[in-house]
Amino acid sequence: MKRVQRGEVAIPTSITRRLWAFFHRLASPRYFYELAGKLVPWLGWGTVLLLAAGLYGGLWFAPADYQQGDAYRIIFIHVPAAWMSLFVYVLMAGAGFIGLVWRIKIADVVAKTCAPIGASFAFLTLCTGSLWGKPMWGTYWVWDARLTSELILLFLYLGYIALESAIEDRRTAARASSVLALVGVVNIPIIHYSVDWWHTLHQGPTVFKLGGPSISLDMLVPLLLMTLAFKLFFFTMLLVRARTEVLEREANSAWVRETVTSQ
Amino acid sequence: MTSFHEFIHMGGFAFYVWTSYAIFALIFAWNVFQPLFHQRRVRERLARRSRGMPR
Repeated sequence: MKRVQRGEVAIPTSITRRLWAFFHRLASPRYFYELAGKLVPWLGWGTVLLLAAGLYGGLWFAPADYQQGDAYRIIFIHVPAAWMSLFVYVLMAGAGFIGLVWRIKIADVVAKTCAPIGASFAFLTLCTGSLWGKPMWGTYWVWDARLTSELILLFLYLGYIALESAIEDRRTAARASSVLALVGVVNIPIIHYSVDWWHTLHQGPTVFKLGGPSISLDMLVPLLLMTLAFKLFFFTMLLVRARTEVLEREANSAWVRETVTSQ
Repeated sequence: MTSFHEFIHMGGFAFYVWTSYAIFALIFAWNVFQPLFHQRRVRERLARRSRGMPR
């Protein structure tokens, strides 16, 4: 057997050590505020470029669908919004969990700022789905599994926002709303698998399925561009909101007073 | 798409497609402007407070 030198296992490689150091610094509100301020313009311009390319590809370049005609073009906002409404919820619950267990302030801030953006994605999903359902299914709404579970997701977001803002004390508010968010995670697989588990009007998976996506490349590329645009947009606005929240929470510290009076 | 008319018409689905995209534009615009206005209000409030003026 190879003899293990003393301390060989305990010393992390330099990359892990640097990563840990980065996370430790990230937990400091001031460092987070400054780093976020530097990232926002890059993410913002990235969003603009991706949106421009995605909208051009989706609305002009992509051909009409052989079954749905041009009505299918709603997919380029409906599907990214739906994916993001799930992604943001998982991120919100994850950040809430970190805040709950390790009491990291920034995690509470991230969880709180996820909620309004996630709610607007869920709302957009329901509106565009409804407007797509009318010409394709003949109705704006049916109480089937996919639609109902997505509606519950919107209510979870709204419940989270209401609960968070109803409690005066920040720590208690963060704890209570994180528990609500974590309980609500059960809804995420239900939404995702609803089209397989129940008989529904909603079409099944097109992109993530066995044997690869059953969608033409001219349609898939704009869809992926729009998905990336939605993702960058989310992170841009998350950081903008989180910076404001950090300023409010750290209002009494010297660096915040300096920052707000300097302009 | 080959012509501007075709683009506007959306194969007869103009109402559904363009209403969807209008809602999308409104929600994105709200998501951009609401946090920016809020940030300005918060900064002004904190600046007033740290200058020792009554709120």
